[in-house]
Amino acid sequence: MTIEFLSDLSVQYALISGIAISLFCSTVGLFLVLRKFALFGDALAHTAFGGVAFGLFIGVYPLWAAYVVSILGALGLTKLRQSFDISSDAAVAILLTSGIAVGILLFSISDDTPFHDAHDMEEFLFGSILEIEPENVITIIVLCAIILIILRIIYKKLLYSTFSEEQAKVSGIPVEKINYLLIAMAGVAAVTSMQLVGVLLVSALFVIPNVSAMLYGRSFKQTISLSTSFSLFSVVMGIIIAYPFGIEPSGCIVLLAIAILIGSLIIKSSGIVKTIGVSPKSV
Amino acid sequence: MIVDIEKLSVDYSGIKALDEISFGIAEGDFLGIIGPNGAGKSTLFRCMLGLHTKYNGTIEFFGKNIRDSKKYLSQIGFVPQRPVFDKNFPATIREIVSMSQNSNDPKKVDEALQKVWMHELADRRIGDLSVGQQQRVFIAKALANSPKILVLDEPVTGVDVYNQDLFFQILGELNTKEKISIIWSSHDLDAVERLANKVACLNKTLFFHGVSEDFFSDEEMLKKYSETSMQMHMHHH
Repeated sequence: MTIEFLSDLSVQYALISGIAISLFCSTVGLFLVLRKFALFGDALAHTAFGGVAFGLFIGVYPLWAAYVVSILGALGLTKLRQSFDISSDAAVAILLTSGIAVGILLFSISDDTPFHDAHDMEEFLFGSILEIEPENVITIIVLCAIILIILRIIYKKLLYSTFSEEQAKVSGIPVEKINYLLIAMAGVAAVTSMQLVGVLLVSALFVIPNVSAMLYGRSFKQTISLSTSFSLFSVVMGIIIAYPFGIEPSGCIVLLAIAILIGSLIIKSSGIVKTIGVSPKSV
Repeated sequence: MIVDIEKLSVDYSGIKALDEISFGIAEGDFLGIIGPNGAGKSTLFRCMLGLHTKYNGTIEFFGKNIRDSKKYLSQIGFVPQRPVFDKNFPATIREIVSMSQNSNDPKKVDEALQKVWMHELADRRIGDLSVGQQQRVFIAKALANSPKILVLDEPVTGVDVYNQDLFFQILGELNTKEKISIIWSSHDLDAVERLANKVACLNKTLFFHGVSEDFFSDEEMLKKYSETSMQMHMHHH
């Protein structure tokens, strides 16, 4: 296998976008996983699917509609969850099914829109990173920079409210505002990563590298570095492996992330790495 | 007075949890709040820490009503009864102590850990520690912001005797050497008698607040306390 294909612009765009997406998905995802909100990324992506359909229906660029619908849906549900004490897993189920229901309904009544064909639908469901437009690459880089800067600014407050909401409140941290900000960032991350792996596999980018990293990381900083490295490796190698064989990068990326997780579990169970991270039984 | 509570009342769906409690805390006080289960100790703390806002009466910290501003919280360190957190949370003791810091001062984190004798374990994961050690880390976390007041809600529940003694010794030192005022709720009358210079005895109403010796030398008061505790115990079972 030669690496000539790396000079192909579409591969370069895919790699740049993939790297940016893997950076912010693994970082935002770690906070979601630690808050027992691992499937929230999945729910957000499904809401985004409803947003895509809404965009098609009203004739707006589907991805922009997905951002708006996904973020508003997530923030609205967070508010409802806090006001009526709805559990996290129920909230995820509500968001996920509502998104799909709206999507199905609107797709079925917007037959004659310009984007509406089976190929477009497939792009949203399974991702289409190798077909990404240059302007979308720039958008992804900008969003990545914004999210990472926000995370850097609120890092300590976000970490504290993730560790113990009550103690963070007592320290005067505006926990609810921090929660909304995290949810909004997760919404942006989910819609953006939809282009890489599609609606159906978004939560894999949020969850799998973080679970692998938690097996090794003793400190939070170590865990976040490992998670980012695992995520980067899966995305870059996934694209590089998929392209020459003409297979879907999304499947390749997620399977590589799972391979890293299985490898980590085996290494950890065999006792080669003894003193750090959580035990495989806790995963 | 650094804390002034006036006619504090709380009810949950018509059931009184606190009934017109009034007392003050002076600078340097080591106040032991005692009372049976369900006496309202945690409710009192929740109100004082701004976690429960549906109350009648007023609570003032440093002369200011806590309803007007939450700035007072930066001068308070809180150690909960049993901190609820994920045992697998990937953070070291040092990270836990520094994440509550308003400023970014690693030296202060080290000092805080030394004060609770946990500096040697600073790079261990928080989940790897015993409950007693974790509680000492939470004191260090509170100390990293140089608080004027420490609030501890039955902090040694589930802690072994050795770590309890260590914990109490640290509290005593913080009160006498660091001049930190301490508000501490406990079931352990012996420990309260040994450590606290003031006592507030609570059972929905406040039936004693004053100097520790006065409470523990008053046979009538102690009898009343044990009767109330027994009644509450029978009621709970």
